[in-house]
Amino acid sequence: MATFGFACLVLALIVCAYGIGASLYGVRTGRVEFSESGRRSVYALAGILTTAFVVLELAFLRNNFAFNAVADTSSRTTPALYRAAAVWSSQEGSLLLWAWLMSMWSSLALFLTRKRLRDVAAYATAIMLGFGGFFVALMVFYANPFATTHPVPPEGVGLDPLLRFPTMMIHPPMLYSGYTLCTIPFAFGAGALLARRVDAEWIKAIRRFAFAAWLFLGVGILLGALWSYSELGWGGYWGWDAVENASLMPWLTGTAFLHSLMIQEKRGMLKIWNVSLVLATGTLAIMGTFLVRSGILDSIHAFGGHTLGVPFVCLIAVMIVGSIYLVVSRRDMLRSEHRLDSWLSRESAFLANNVVLVALCFVIFWGTYFPLISEAVTGQEASVGPPWFDRYTVPLGLILVLLSGVGPVIAWRRATLANARRNFLVPLGCALATLVALELAGINQKPLAIALFCLAAFVFGSVGQEFFRGTRARRAMAGEPVPRALLALVRRNRRRYGGYIVHIGIAVLFVGVAASSSFQHASQLSLSPGQSTRVGAYTVRYMRPTATITPKYDQAHTGSTLSLGALLYITKNGHHVATLNPSEGYYASEDASQGTVGSLIGGQPVSHVAMNASLTRNVWTAIDPDIETTALKRIITVGNSTLPAQDALVAVAYLARAYLKNPPPAQFNLLVSPLVMWIWLGGLISVGGGLIALWPAPSAVRRRVTARSRERAVRGLARV
Amino acid sequence: MGFLIAILTLLLVGLVVALVSAPLRRARELDPPIPKDVAGSDSQQPPLAPDSRLRDELEAAREAKYREIRDAELDFRTGKLSSEDYRAIDADLRAEAIEILNRLERLRTRDA
Repeated sequence: MATFGFACLVLALIVCAYGIGASLYGVRTGRVEFSESGRRSVYALAGILTTAFVVLELAFLRNNFAFNAVADTSSRTTPALYRAAAVWSSQEGSLLLWAWLMSMWSSLALFLTRKRLRDVAAYATAIMLGFGGFFVALMVFYANPFATTHPVPPEGVGLDPLLRFPTMMIHPPMLYSGYTLCTIPFAFGAGALLARRVDAEWIKAIRRFAFAAWLFLGVGILLGALWSYSELGWGGYWGWDAVENASLMPWLTGTAFLHSLMIQEKRGMLKIWNVSLVLATGTLAIMGTFLVRSGILDSIHAFGGHTLGVPFVCLIAVMIVGSIYLVVSRRDMLRSEHRLDSWLSRESAFLANNVVLVALCFVIFWGTYFPLISEAVTGQEASVGPPWFDRYTVPLGLILVLLSGVGPVIAWRRATLANARRNFLVPLGCALATLVALELAGINQKPLAIALFCLAAFVFGSVGQEFFRGTRARRAMAGEPVPRALLALVRRNRRRYGGYIVHIGIAVLFVGVAASSSFQHASQLSLSPGQSTRVGAYTVRYMRPTATITPKYDQAHTGSTLSLGALLYITKNGHHVATLNPSEGYYASEDASQGTVGSLIGGQPVSHVAMNASLTRNVWTAIDPDIETTALKRIITVGNSTLPAQDALVAVAYLARAYLKNPPPAQFNLLVSPLVMWIWLGGLISVGGGLIALWPAPSAVRRRVTARSRERAVRGLARV
Repeated sequence: MGFLIAILTLLLVGLVVALVSAPLRRARELDPPIPKDVAGSDSQQPPLAPDSRLRDELEAAREAKYREIRDAELDFRTGKLSSEDYRAIDADLRAEAIEILNRLERLRTRDA
C-alpha cells in the first residue's frame, strides 16, 4: 500500500498545480468554469489526502514496519491508542496531517463561500492550493511518509515515551487545526487585496474561520501546557519554550484581529491594520509549524529533523514580502471610511487592546528568535530565559486583563464621563473589595500577583454587571423569568456575550497563573523510605518503594519495561490528604550495544507524575529513582553477559526485586501550588465562550431577521 | 497486490479528473454562449459584474449597520449610553442604514 500512498501524494501535487493555474486563469480571464474547476481541485485534494492519511493510519495500526515512519515511531509494545496517534509524531506523518487538515478546512471555507466573493475566492483558492502544494511537495521530495525499508524489521523503535500521554493524542491535531485555519483568513485577506475588494465582505466570510483558528490554537496551547505540567518532571506548565511561543504568537495576533475586525465591520475603519493582522497571523502560523518541524531552535516540543529549514524559510520569505507588497500597493483602497468619534469609546478600548496584544507578540517574537538574531549578528548563539520574558509580558498581561474589563462597560462610538463613572462603580468596587480581603487575609507580599487578583475581580465585576443589566433589560421588554431572559439575551447576542464569557475565562486563567507561580512551595530533595519532609503546610512521608515490570503491568499504561516509584503519604495538620505513587518509566532501547538486559530499559526514562488536585491547590510529586547503584548495575552487567534476549526480562524482574528489598535514596520533586486548577478551568470557560460566539444563529431566526431588517431599520423598531 | 494498487490508483485518478473537469465539460456543452436561463448553478454564472460586486458590498454594509443599530440599543438598555447620546447615535445609524438601502434600491431598479 506504500506505493498507493505515494501515488496519492504525486496526484495531490498535480492537482495543486492544476488548481492554482485554473483558479488564476479563471479569475484573470473571467472564465468562471476554470475558477470553479480550481475550487473543485481543493475538494479533490481533500479527498486524495484523506485517502493517503487512512493508508498511513492503517499501516500504524497494523504494525506494518515496512513503512519507515511506522518502524521509527511505533512498535508492537506501544499501546494501540498511542499507535493511532504515532502517525503525527513522525516528521512525515505530521506533514501529512498538516496538509490533510488544511485541505479539509479549505474545502469547508470554499464550500461556504461558493456563491459569493467569487473573485476573492478564486485568488484564495490559488493561495490555499499553494500551501497544500508546498506541504505535499515536502513529502514527495524531502520526507515521504510512505518510504519503505527492506528487509522489514521485526519490531519498531516505539513512540517517544514523552508522547505517551492522553492529551498528546489530541494536542497536535488541535494545534495543527489552529495553524491550518490561520491560513484561510490569510488566503482570503491576500485574495481580497489581489482582487481589490477590501470592503467588509471578505471579513464577514472569514470571521468564523478566524474564530475557529483562535479556538483550536487556544485548546492546543492549553493541552500542551497540561502535558508539560502532567508529564514532564519539572512541575511547570509554561517555560517560554520556542515552540510554545510559536503557537502563542498567532493566537495573540488572532485575538487582536477578532477585536479589531468588529471596528471594520461596523465603521469601515482599521482596514490596513486588519489585513496586516490577518497576513501576520497566517505567516506566524507557518513560522510556528516551521519551528516545531525544522528543529532550528532547541525545544522540548520540537520533534522534527533539520532537513526542512530551507524550503520553509523560502515560503516564509515569500509570504512576508508578498504581504508587504500587497498592503503597500493597495494602501489607497485601505483608507478608513470614518474616524474615531471619541477616545472614550469601545473602539478606543479595542485599539488599546490591539496595541498591547501586538506588543506582547513582538516581545515574544524577539525573545524566541533572539538566538537566531544573536547568531546572525555576533556569530554566537545566545538565548533569553523566562525572567527576560516575565519582565515584559507580566506588565503587558496586567494591562490586557484591565482592558478586558474596561471594554464590556464602554459603549460603541462615544461614552460620556457620567455614564463611565456609573458603569465603572461596580467593577472598581469588586477590585477594591478584593484588595481589602487579601490584605485582611495577610496576602500582601507579592504586589504583581495582588494587582492581578484585583484586576481579575474588576473583570468579574464588569462582565457580571453586563449580564445582570442585559438580563434586566430583556426581562423589562419581554417579561420573561430570569433564566429564560438570560438565555434569550445570550442567544440573540452570541458574539457579544460569548466574548464576555471568554473574558471571564481569561481572567480566571490569569488568576491561576499568578497564584500558582507566586505562592508555590517547592522542595527538591533526596529521601529514603520512612523519611519525611515538609512542603508548605503539607508533610510528605516516603512510605515504601514500588516497582512493576513488563509493559502489560505498567501502571501508567505507556508500555514501559520497568517502572520504579514510591508511595508517598501526604498529611496536613496530622490529617491524611492523599497517598500518591509517582514513578519513573524505563523503556526499551534500539541500542544493542547496551546488552540484552540494558537495552530493555536503556531508552529515555520518563517521569510519571502523581498529584492530588483540587480547586484550591495541587500537591504535585515526581520521583527520580537511583538505578545507578553498584548492586543494581551489577545485575544488569551480569544479565547482559549471561542471558539471551528472550530471557533478559528475568534480569529486569530481579532488578526490580532488588530495588524493592534495598531501595537506595530517591530524588523527589515536590510542589504545592495554589489554584493550578483555575488555569484549566479558565481555559474551559474560554472555550465555552468561544463556542457560543462561534455558534451560528438559528437559521429560522436569521431568515426572519433578514426579511424584517430593512423594515425595522426604517421604522426604528430594533430590539435587544 | 500490485494489480490491486494499480486499479485503486486509476480509480482515484478517474474520480479526481471527473470531479475537477466537470465545470469545464459543462461549459463546453453549453458553449457558445451561456444562456441566461441556465446560469443558475455556480459553474455557469457569468463573470462578476461591477454592479453585482457593489450589491454584495452594500448588502454586507447593510447587515453590519443593522448589527450596529442593535448594539447601540443594547448599549443604551444596559446603561452605557445616555438617552441623548443614544438618540443621536441611533438617528445617525438609521440615516446611514437608509442611505445604504436607497443605494441598494437604486441598483435593483437599474437591474430590473
